[in-house]
Amino acid sequence: MEIFSNLALGFDTAFTLSNLLYCLIGVLVGTAIGVLPGLGPTATVAILLPLTFSLNPIPALIMLSGIYYGAQYGGSTTAILVNLPGESSSVVTAIDGYQMARKGQAGKALASAAIGSFVAGSIATFVIALFAPPLADVALEFGPAEYFSLMVLGLVASIVLASGSLLRAVGMVVLGLLFGIVGTDVNSGAQRFTFGIPELSEGVDFVVVAMGMFGLGEIISNLENQRGRSVLSSKIEGLMPTKDDLKRIVAPVLRGTALGSVLGILPGGGAMLSSFASYALEKKMSKNSSEFGKGAIEGVAGPESANNAGAQTSFIPMLTLGIPSNPVMALMIGAMMIQGIQPGPTVMTSQPALFWGIIASMWIGNFFLIVLNLPLIGLWVRMIMVPYHFLYPGILVFCAIGVFSLSNSAFDIVLMSLFGIFGYVCTKLEMEPAPMLLGLIIGPMMEEYLRRALLLSDADPMVFVQRPVSATMLALAALAIGIVLMPSLSKKRQEAFAE
Amino acid sequence: MTFVRNPKDFWAGFLFMAFGLGALLMARNYDMGTALRMGPAFFPTMLGALLTLIGVVSVVRSLLTQGVKVNRMALKEMALVVGASLLFGLLVRGAGIAISIVVLVMISGLASIKFKVAPFLGVAIGMAIFISLVFVKALGLQLPIFGSWFGY
Repeated sequence: MEIFSNLALGFDTAFTLSNLLYCLIGVLVGTAIGVLPGLGPTATVAILLPLTFSLNPIPALIMLSGIYYGAQYGGSTTAILVNLPGESSSVVTAIDGYQMARKGQAGKALASAAIGSFVAGSIATFVIALFAPPLADVALEFGPAEYFSLMVLGLVASIVLASGSLLRAVGMVVLGLLFGIVGTDVNSGAQRFTFGIPELSEGVDFVVVAMGMFGLGEIISNLENQRGRSVLSSKIEGLMPTKDDLKRIVAPVLRGTALGSVLGILPGGGAMLSSFASYALEKKMSKNSSEFGKGAIEGVAGPESANNAGAQTSFIPMLTLGIPSNPVMALMIGAMMIQGIQPGPTVMTSQPALFWGIIASMWIGNFFLIVLNLPLIGLWVRMIMVPYHFLYPGILVFCAIGVFSLSNSAFDIVLMSLFGIFGYVCTKLEMEPAPMLLGLIIGPMMEEYLRRALLLSDADPMVFVQRPVSATMLALAALAIGIVLMPSLSKKRQEAFAE
Repeated sequence: MTFVRNPKDFWAGFLFMAFGLGALLMARNYDMGTALRMGPAFFPTMLGALLTLIGVVSVVRSLLTQGVKVNRMALKEMALVVGASLLFGLLVRGAGIAISIVVLVMISGLASIKFKVAPFLGVAIGMAIFISLVFVKALGLQLPIFGSWFGY
């Protein structure tokens, strides 16, 4: 069985003392920042990225993955305790989790979230180990036309899943693609959209944009309405769920894991879609569906498992195709490039220790999460209670230091500030930053694959529909757009997001 | 502008159009090439045209559909947060990160209604020490704790 020898190699890599330590630090720091109200996984990963700059590729990526899971889990903690989900993926958790907390069952909600996440994470690790290699094999056969269509599909999916106006999401993607083109054209050497500024010739760094939009932009909009927040001050007790509770969550956890594992692989999928889908499913399946919205433990366990499974399997397209399915994966790709690794189907064969090491560390990270987070819950609660007026200057410091340390350039700080203003304007106009970030990272790749596809086909645009794989992906993209444009369904979509 | 019934759509469309037209205009200075050999202007022109179109649709839609109005921009808060970051960028090479961090925290802190000098100065100095110890000393990032103005 190749999968076991591969996993053995992975665990061999991940089980060195220093890598374990980096994984542990990643999980801890990720949770610590992730619990801070208003900071979702994307912002957390962006802010903490500089921590990994001085590391070697393997420990750097292990630590970043740890940060991601930690942030995800931290976000759920905040959603349960203060009803302030940091990112859309934990919005669902807040519904029933917060109600449980109000009934004095915060401990139970946190524990079932942790247990669900752990089960989901463990299963998803195997899913990745099982499906990544064959997918990478398939991907090696892909020509430029297939890659181009795949990117179109991924971008369309991210549009369909964005909350709010569809049109604005499309606009944000295209705008992101345009920002991605800024800099030196690799083919002709031409300077594009650089305004003669030498720093721009290397392009707009995605970290700068992410910190500007998710960091500064968020802070400004939070400062707009400064009202006090209520934190549950009651002591959290009864962490361990009873046997009865465990019985109630087994099925939701397993269903959530299955759902999340599948949806996470889809381009544009990942944590958010998975948790929404799982909540809807559990509400339908459960015998206690009337309890949903009033503190049903199934409504916490299911979506939490789903979003963790989805978060993890969304690594599959990133690791095998080099295509990000959500903004966090876009950051991961950026981090790999900083380390000098070009993500894509060849990573698995050229750097097996890195590839399998990351996968093994996912399981280890999940293990640390469940072992450490429940005992440390008191610490996390204290982190949540840091008042926002002390918090945001600190976040700003992290953003500024992070951006400056990219290349010791003050210009990057200026750029971050500009994107901060733009991010705030976008929030005001309900233009979602996530699709833009995806466009930004995909832009240069997309142009290159388009160029190559047209070159190989003698400039015949029909190549995209004549090759079966490419045609299928374009058809799926068209189908996805068609479905959301149908008036009856677009109403349902609004309802789903309103829920 | 009473004929604009959906201001969010209108302004979003306006922004898209501005960026789209800007890209189209600037791309005219680059070589278009042919579909067989795409020049540097090819892809940006496609995107610019698409973005402009999206902007136009959004603006037209803003005249036809009803939407909520955009509430007031928090200009003071924005100016303080952005200004503090810019000042950080201006100071960081010369003064080093320690002083720049203190400046960043104190100025951005002014945006809070709960600003008081003493506790914020505490946060500022704490952050400066924390970043210097963790990022520079422990992680080895190449950042000047004190900058060139102090002879480093």
